[in-house]
This record gives sequence, C-alpha cells and structure tokens, in this order.
Amino acid sequence: MLGEGMLKGLAETAKNFAGSFVSKERMTTVEYPEERIAPIENTRDFPFLIYDGSDPMAGLRCVACQICEKECPPKCIYITKSADKKPDYVGKPQFYPTRFDIDISVCMSCQICVEVCPFEAIKMDAEFELSTTDRFGGLLLDRDQLSKSNEYYKTIHPTEAAEVDERLAEEKAKTEAKAKAAAVAAAAKAAAAAAALAPAREVPAKEPGA
Amino acid sequence: MSFFSDLDQVFVLLQHWIAGLFPVWLQPVVATILGVIAIVAAFPGIFAVTTVLERKGLGRIQNRLGPNRVGPLGILQPVADGIKSLTKEDIVPLSADAVVHFLAPVVLVVAVFLGFAVLPIGRNMVLADLDGGLLFFFAIGASTELSIFMAGWSSRNKYSLLGAMRAVAQMISYEVPLLLSSVVVVMITGSLSTVKIVEAQGGFTGVLPHWYVFTPWGFAGFALFTVAALAETNRSPFDLPEGESELVAGYFTEYSGFKFALFFLGEYLGMFSIAGFAITLFLGGWGAPFSFLGFVPSWAWFFLKLLGAIAFFIWLRGTLPRLRQDQLMNFAWKFMLPMALLNLLVAGAWRFMGEGWLRWVIAIVILIGAYVLLGRTLMRKQKLGARSYRYAD
Repeated sequence: MLGEGMLKGLAETAKNFAGSFVSKERMTTVEYPEERIAPIENTRDFPFLIYDGSDPMAGLRCVACQICEKECPPKCIYITKSADKKPDYVGKPQFYPTRFDIDISVCMSCQICVEVCPFEAIKMDAEFELSTTDRFGGLLLDRDQLSKSNEYYKTIHPTEAAEVDERLAEEKAKTEAKAKAAAVAAAAKAAAAAAALAPAREVPAKEPGA
Repeated sequence: MSFFSDLDQVFVLLQHWIAGLFPVWLQPVVATILGVIAIVAAFPGIFAVTTVLERKGLGRIQNRLGPNRVGPLGILQPVADGIKSLTKEDIVPLSADAVVHFLAPVVLVVAVFLGFAVLPIGRNMVLADLDGGLLFFFAIGASTELSIFMAGWSSRNKYSLLGAMRAVAQMISYEVPLLLSSVVVVMITGSLSTVKIVEAQGGFTGVLPHWYVFTPWGFAGFALFTVAALAETNRSPFDLPEGESELVAGYFTEYSGFKFALFFLGEYLGMFSIAGFAITLFLGGWGAPFSFLGFVPSWAWFFLKLLGAIAFFIWLRGTLPRLRQDQLMNFAWKFMLPMALLNLLVAGAWRFMGEGWLRWVIAIVILIGAYVLLGRTLMRKQKLGARSYRYAD
C-alpha cells in the first residue's frame, strides 16, 4: 500500500535516533582531538630523512646524490651538495647535504623519492598534525626538521624498518667482508711482493759474492 | 486560578502596560509595534535553535553526534554561524541584475514575516484578527514564489534558473491541494478567521479535545496539508529546487554571506508559519490536548506543538530520499488533488448528516477506499516501450 515503505523508513530512523543515545557501538566516529586511534602501518604522508646514532647531522644517511630531487614529480625537494666528505655508516667518505628542504605544500605524497633512494635515507612519515599559521615558511621543512632517528622509523613502520635494517646489515657485512678480503688479498699481495722482492734482493746480494 | 490566567495572558498584559505609558492616541500604534517586535524576535530565535537541533537530530539519525564544538554540547553553533555569515564577503555576480538580486531575499523574509500576522499564538495573542485571515495567509504565502523566481532569474546562472523554475512549478502545483485541504476547515467552521477556527476546536468530550484532526475529514485534510506544506516550503523529500547533487544550491547558488543567511532564515520561517497554520487549522491552535491540562499557558501549547511539528519535519528529512520531478508532479495532480476534492465532498456530507456513528463509517470508508485505489494507480509500474523517434528513424 502507498506509504508502507515510508513508515518502515521512519521506524528505522527512529530506531537509529534512540539507539544512538544508548548504544556505544553505534557511534563509530572517533572524536578526534580528545580521542585518537593509532595510525595503521601503511600510513604515509610526507617524506623525512633517517639518521643513525644519536647526532642527527653526523648520522644522516643522505649522501646528497640528488636522485630524489631529480625524480620528484612536483619538484618540491631542494638539495645543496657539500664540498667536503664525511664517513657514512660503513665508514666510507661521502658527500652530505648542506641544505635539504622539502616544500610539503607542494609534495603530493607519491613516495617516488623513497623508491629511488639507493641509500635508504628518505622514508615516508606518519606525522599529520602539521598545520601552521605561516603557509610559506612554515610548510618548507629544512634539514633539521626533516631528520628523524632510525628508532622513530621503527616505531611508525616496524615491518618495513626491519627489512631495511636487514638489507643495510647485509650490505654492511658484504662491504666488510669485501674489505676484509681486499685487506687479506692486499696483505697476501704485499707478502708475495715482499717475498718476490726478498729473493730479488738476495740475488743481487749474492751477486757481489759470486 | 488567577495566577494561571495571569500567566496565560502575561504577554498581553505586558503589551497593555507598556502601551499605557504612551498618550492615548499613540497607544494602538505602540501596541502593534510591540506585537511586531515580539514576532520578529521570537521566531528567528526559534530558527537559531532549530538549526542546531536539526543538525544534531540528523546526526543522531545517522549515528553521529552532530555539532558539539561551539559551547557546551554545541548549543552556541548558531552564534558562530551568524558571525560567520555576517563577516563573509557578499558577492554579486558581474552579469547579475543587481537590484533584483538584492531585493529577492528581502522580499522573501518580508513576505514570510507577514504570514505570522494572522497566526494565533495564544489566547488573545494575534497581531491582526482579520475576517479573511486564512485568505490573507495563503495570498502572502504564494508571494514567496515571486521572490524565489526573482533570485533565480537575477542571478544569471543556469543552476539558479533551473532551481527557480523547479521551485515555481512545484509550489504552484502544491498550492492547489494545500488550499483545498484547508477549505474543509472553513466549511465546517463557517469562518475564514483563524481566531474563530481555533475557538471552534476549543471544546472537550470527556478529556479529549474537539480538534479537527480527530475527525475522518480532518485527519485526511491534515495529512494532505502536511504533505503540501512540506512541498511548499521546499523541505525534504520535496527539496528538488535546491538539490545539492543536481543544482549546486538551486535558486540561491549565487548568494553568499548575509543574503544567503536571509534565504535560509526565510525558508525556516516559512516552515514555522505553515506548521503553525497546520496547528491552527487541525491541531486546535493554542488549545490544551487534554481538559485537565488547561492551566498550562496557551502560548506554551502553541510553541510545544510547533516544536513537535518541526521535529517531525526533521525526522522526515532524515528518512526520505528526494523525489524525481515526474514523481513529484504525478503525486500532486494524480493523488493529492483528487484526494483533496473528495475530502471536500466528505466534509460536506459530514456537515449535513448530523450526529451519530453513521457519518463516521461512511466518511472513513470513502476516504480509505479512495486512498487505497489512488495509491494503487499511483504506484502502478508504468510500461515504457522502446522510444520511437519521429524524424530521426
């Protein structure tokens, strides 16, 4: 009959209205500033720089190769390469960024910078309370604001951070093994050279006697 | 008893006292101005409360909390909204007809406020007791269509114009059943005066009142009037003229700032005045619902009934989806109009059949039969064949 569906609908909305006062499960909205839920692991918004150890500037993984700057689709990364070098996590001397700025008002959170970085130096952050009263300077994050510790990275993306750590450890082990092998080879070579040199020295020594 | 009768007449006595401070020749003018001030202050006040209650109620219907940031439980939200709309930039489109564009919201609010003049808010509380009060109300109500079309036409925007044309088509269509469904009250009461209509419903049988809604023709008239009133005020489910998903905001697309707020105010005031009129015609106006509750002031009953009607409108808004244009027109002309005409017949029969149970049976059978039959034809699935073209094939 005409109006039957309307009455059913009215009953349903009345049930919702009354139910919202008695049932906590119905109210699924999180009342944000007072209540918050932990972000899911895949959360990402803007990139940040990782450093190892306790000193942000000394432990920065970034070597200022500028790949991310070139790959960034909206061109929001600005890097200045250093003139001198400092040792990286394996002890090899590397360049470092004297300036590393990201304009997060331009950034589109595409994660391409993270994917192209060969040094696991730039990762996506989960920090979202970034509002500021200065829309130009306040949204241009510099090197000091961007650098965050590896421990922080482990807390926001644990699975991904474990993989990265494993890969870096492997790489470091490989480099060390290589260095050791190189050292051993160098030592052997030196020894061989010394050995080769010794008879040669002996020979002429003999010569005067002969 | 004297205390309760004083409380009932407190506003009337206050008006007389203030008017008494002026010279005699000025007293009628002062009394009228005081009445106007009371109406202009009270109903926008209810509007402010309604906006926040509506948002909270709709939120609850959707299992949300609704606004809860401004003030305790969000009750100061209308203040924030008011400040915002006052400080917003007032943009008039370059190609708009500036004069008409400016006049449209003003005309709407003025026309809507005029409707309150004949509304009996309480015992002896009516601004103008006109002999043709009902006629005056509908004449003023119809002029809101003009302001809506002014807004749509002067904006020079396709959405505004489409919204305004929809609004005018809808309001003219529903004006007919709105009027016809209220004519039954005039037939039974024998007067067009709103005060006399309320007084005619004043008696009690046992504890139950003699409201017209408790008669078959009155109930049918009330239902038809409510539906037509919803359509007339462009409320959901008849909000086609301002359907956000189709027309941005309909006829007030090009309005911002305080002019937009005026449109918003006009729309809600229109809803209040027409709901107040439905209360006057069918729900006994300011009369108490039970004879033993007569000590409660009459104006309190009017406003309680008004709040109840508003709550019902909000409930409907939270429930029903928007109609399609053809459904809207079919409903007006194929269901509402025949029902309203039949209801006139039933009311006439009721008037001349005298007391007794027979008229109840006959009236109920005719009305329910017509409802079922008309409802069936309305809900019948239309068989639409393949579209044929005259020239393109």
